[in-house]
Amino acid sequence: MATGLINANPIVYERKERRVRDSPIDTDEDIKDPEHPYSLEELKVVTEDSIEVNNKQSHVRVTFTPTVEHCSMATIIGLCLRVKLMRSLPPRYKVDIRVAPGTHATEAAGIFPFSSLSLLLKNSILALFFSVNELTIISA
Amino acid sequence: MAKTNSWISHIEAFVDASCSSNQQNASVDAIAALVKNDSLTLEDLVREMELYLTTTDNIIRARGTLLLGEVLSHLTAKPLSSTIISSLVGFFTSRLADWQALRGTLVGCLALLRRKSNVGMVVGNEAKMLAENYLANVQTQSLAVHDRKLCFEVLQCLLDVYPEAVMDLDDELIRGILDAIDGEKDPRCLILTFHIAETLMRLFPDQSKSEESFAEEIFEILSCYFPIYFTHQKVDDLQIKRDDLSRELMNAFCSTPYFEPFAIPLVLDKLSSSLPLAKLDSLKYLSNCILHYGADRMFKHAKDIWFALKDVIFDFSPEGIIESAGDMESQKAQIAKEALTCLQMAVSQLNFVNSEPFTSLILDDPDIERIFLSVCLERSYSGIPKETLHQLNSIGSILSIASKVSIDGCSKVFQKFFPRLMNLLGVDKNDSSYGCIKDCNTSSNLNFGALYLCVEFLDSCRDLTIGLQDIPPQAPDSWCYLLKDFCGPLSYAFKSSLVNTVTAAKTGQEYVPCVVKGLQVLATFPGCHSPVSEKIYEDILAVLMSVITGRFDEPFLWRTALEALIQIGLHIEKFHDSKKERGYCKFVVERIVSMLLHDDTTSLGVKLEVISEIGTAGPDFMSTVIRGLEDVIFSNFSEIWVNGNLGAAEILVPLLQCYSNRVLPWCHKFGKADQVAMQFATNIWNLMEKSSVLSVEFQRNGVLDTTMMVMKLCVGYCTEENQSIIVRKAYTILSSTTFLLLDSLGLPLSNLEALQSIPDISGLSCKDEWLISLFASVVIVLHPQTPVPDVGALTRLFTVFLLKGHLPAAQALASMINKWPANIGTAELSSTHELEVVIDVVLESISAVLSSCLKECKIANGTDDNLSCSSLISYQIHAIVGLAWLGKSLLMRGHDKVKEIAKRLLKCLLSDQDIPATSVAKDEARDNDQNMHSLLIRAAADAFHILLTDSEVCLNRKFHATMRPLYKQRFFSSMMPVLLSSIKESNSSRTRAILYRALGHIFSDTPLAAVVAEAKKVIPALLEGLSISTLGVSNKEMTYNLLLVLSGILMDENGKEAIVENAHTIINHLIRLVSYPHMMLVRETAIQCLTAMSSLPHTRIYPMRPQVLRALVMSLDDPKRHVRQEAVRCRQAWASIASRSLHF
Repeated sequence: MATGLINANPIVYERKERRVRDSPIDTDEDIKDPEHPYSLEELKVVTEDSIEVNNKQSHVRVTFTPTVEHCSMATIIGLCLRVKLMRSLPPRYKVDIRVAPGTHATEAAGIFPFSSLSLLLKNSILALFFSVNELTIISA
Repeated sequence: MAKTNSWISHIEAFVDASCSSNQQNASVDAIAALVKNDSLTLEDLVREMELYLTTTDNIIRARGTLLLGEVLSHLTAKPLSSTIISSLVGFFTSRLADWQALRGTLVGCLALLRRKSNVGMVVGNEAKMLAENYLANVQTQSLAVHDRKLCFEVLQCLLDVYPEAVMDLDDELIRGILDAIDGEKDPRCLILTFHIAETLMRLFPDQSKSEESFAEEIFEILSCYFPIYFTHQKVDDLQIKRDDLSRELMNAFCSTPYFEPFAIPLVLDKLSSSLPLAKLDSLKYLSNCILHYGADRMFKHAKDIWFALKDVIFDFSPEGIIESAGDMESQKAQIAKEALTCLQMAVSQLNFVNSEPFTSLILDDPDIERIFLSVCLERSYSGIPKETLHQLNSIGSILSIASKVSIDGCSKVFQKFFPRLMNLLGVDKNDSSYGCIKDCNTSSNLNFGALYLCVEFLDSCRDLTIGLQDIPPQAPDSWCYLLKDFCGPLSYAFKSSLVNTVTAAKTGQEYVPCVVKGLQVLATFPGCHSPVSEKIYEDILAVLMSVITGRFDEPFLWRTALEALIQIGLHIEKFHDSKKERGYCKFVVERIVSMLLHDDTTSLGVKLEVISEIGTAGPDFMSTVIRGLEDVIFSNFSEIWVNGNLGAAEILVPLLQCYSNRVLPWCHKFGKADQVAMQFATNIWNLMEKSSVLSVEFQRNGVLDTTMMVMKLCVGYCTEENQSIIVRKAYTILSSTTFLLLDSLGLPLSNLEALQSIPDISGLSCKDEWLISLFASVVIVLHPQTPVPDVGALTRLFTVFLLKGHLPAAQALASMINKWPANIGTAELSSTHELEVVIDVVLESISAVLSSCLKECKIANGTDDNLSCSSLISYQIHAIVGLAWLGKSLLMRGHDKVKEIAKRLLKCLLSDQDIPATSVAKDEARDNDQNMHSLLIRAAADAFHILLTDSEVCLNRKFHATMRPLYKQRFFSSMMPVLLSSIKESNSSRTRAILYRALGHIFSDTPLAAVVAEAKKVIPALLEGLSISTLGVSNKEMTYNLLLVLSGILMDENGKEAIVENAHTIINHLIRLVSYPHMMLVRETAIQCLTAMSSLPHTRIYPMRPQVLRALVMSLDDPKRHVRQEAVRCRQAWASIASRSLHF
């Protein structure tokens, strides 16, 4: 692990006042940034506009924007989002999580076509993820 | 004399270090008790303790001395002879040198010094000796906290009680005390040391050279604590708050004017600190110092103080002109407020003999002049930058304080600024044309800055005149004459600006409050020396009224104007200004009342709002309002009754509601409700008496219900005498009507035919129904002491109507029995009217109807007579409901007969089992019969709901019911076992279901604490009841109520144990409820309960985890957003119990 923070001084945005919505997705507002005690929404990593929900076809697409281009936490953020969504959405939804185009150095590798990974890999990623970050990130 | 060895053992116990502190305390108490009741004399005690007090073993000596000291402190109220006291004081004084046993000595000294003169106290000489010895021997700062505290208490006591004696010690004392308090850090001791310093400074006020220096020395010790830095947030352990410390230190600071050369520079210095708390404290200290040090000493600091305050005020004033309540709480607002208080103190105190007063410092300040000019340049509100607004606010408050304090100051401020403001506003005092229509364009854009300042000025000089008893004659250039010259044109300017705000609706939001406040201030100058003439006053009222009558489509303006009118009314009422009151009545109250009567253009709601709010300004206005309201109400009543105009009913209901919800409570608050309500109730009865025919059906408009409610409230507010007048009058009217003269009333009620021969409610004429309902309302609210005429006949009458299904009659009967005098004197009433007898009679007739109906029903079953069967059942339902109300009344007064009623209800619940199975051929008829019967049983189960809920319409505290405390709890604990055992015994599922329904009512209507106490027994039954009630749609309320009880137990600490025991069953039930289709609240609450369950011990709930998570998947797709959100939260909680896998 690098000793210093990757983005030591993030810009913090005000949280958007929630309006009453009918969309079934409303839960990723409390995921914390791996480096900072701010939620992803406050850092504008994920905004309301970057989430597309298609209720009829049961499809959710989240496009997030890492705070800095070389953010090594992009993978973890993506995984956080995925786990949170898996817990919060009915199983009928297919979830796509992507890095916004042009915001990350390793953009191509930043996509998480989770369902296309082999089962073995999927489980090992999750196992690793849970053993390392569970308490500190997801339940934070 | 007590036996020697008995108390010797106590001494030994105390001195023995191995005994527990509880034992030691007990032995002190025991010895003190012995001495108190003279079983043991102090001499004996001391003699016996000699060895302990004089031994060379330090520990034992210390314990012995402490024992003596503690015993003495228990004896502060016991008279002791002077020889004993002086010998004890001598002893303790000498022991002060013994540092190993100092604790006991201090306790003893303190106990002796605190004695009052009537029980024998220490004489001055001895106190002086004690003080001398103390100063010579005790090194206070080297002791532990507790001992230091005792030391300070001894010193304080010496200074407070023996000032003359210790004054002789002079320098020695001062030095000693200085040494003792120097460097103290413990807050408990600090509070004492601050107080000691204060007392010391009061005792030595001489102005000799030495004391000046000692003032400096003592201030040096005190000053290092200012401002108090106290991080100890929790109050509980030391019982000391920062505010206490700060206040004590402030008192010490202000104790002598000699502190002035040191204190003022220090405080001013800290005022410029950046810590908000330091600022706040400095301001408080500064205003107190100004008050205590006096003007002469403060003279040289005046300029510094003004500059410091000016900075604070300009930095910290709130930014908005209109302060919101939330703002006031913030620290910033507190600082601003404190700064203004301080400024007011300075302005009022610092009037120097040979020099300019403080006010002129303010007025001659070039900054003030500059800011005044800049803020007055702002022409309209919308363009003002935030900074200027801020300055406007600050300068407004500074100048208004300068003018508020004295006439002199006020005149100065006015002379300097007022003509310029008028000039800016375009008001010319020589303009005689005001009042007639002229071009309003000039006033449409009144200069906002000038307007705001002008209103502030007016407000402060109004406050000044109110505070003064009489105004001395003044120079012609004083503010009063200035104002007199200008107020006419000024009020005209306000008026036209108010008229013009229609066009400028946006800026109106800020202009309106200012202008309306200006008008209000002008109207509230106290009468005798008002610069405002009567004509202008009336003009102002007319302007405000024109807003009220004409512009209710602009809610903000309208509300502000109404508030202003109410404030003017309150002001008149407060100062008993008869001249203004006349004008107010004529121009405001009477116009509004006539508006209510004659004006049809305004909506009724608006009119009622205005009229009830204006009435609240004062009793005189309210009485006019009441007269107006009553006129309208009664004219509408007669419109309905005489002319049959149904449209009037729609007007009548809001009128009556306004009368009962707003007017009557106000009257009650001011103790005038009795007469008003009496008058109103009598009028209604008079109307009832006069109107002979009431043929129109208008129950559906709710007029009857509303009238009944008003009647209840009115009679409820009356005194007993008036109540008895009303009830007698009502009874006369009731008994004069025809339908009661039916002979059948005399027949025994057990005879079913007799009951059937009396016409049903639907057969009554409209008027008769009104009569009986209103009469029932009167009876419901009577005081227990009010005599009821002809009780026997009334009981009978109400019983008949109860059986006919007339609910108010049942409630009236219940109220009568609830308030029935418990032990009747022999003279007034015969034995037939004793409570027991009456209850027996009523119960008998009800149960007779119940049983004979059952009999008839069985007969009818054999025939095809379905109709009579169903009518019989409906009789039974009426009887059950009546029984429930009766039971409630008895339960509330704690009467034993309630058990009998409960038994009857239970019997009815169980009656399902013995309905005979009739022939199969009449299937259809039997179905119908079954249906009716289940209705009856359901009514019996719901009777428990009536028994236990608080009713809005009768039998509550407002309607003077007799109420035993904890009656619900008692019923709960007596009924629950009975119901549970009958559930166990019954074998029909329908009966069980109905029993669970009754039990469910009991659970949900009993206070939660009682249910939680029985949680172990309750939970299995509760869950069973839940699963039964989820079966039908009709039970959804019941399901919800039971779920609420469950969640209540879940949230309660005491219920946890029972919950843990039944965790699996509870979770299973909750999982079923998560998908309850009929009610969103049930689903949501069930999920919340599940979330709460996730915090139970993991070993209990872990096996349930997969099940819960599976069930919640469905809820994630729930059609309601709230349920989905709860589901996500719950899933999160359950998923993170064990998070190694995603497979949930």
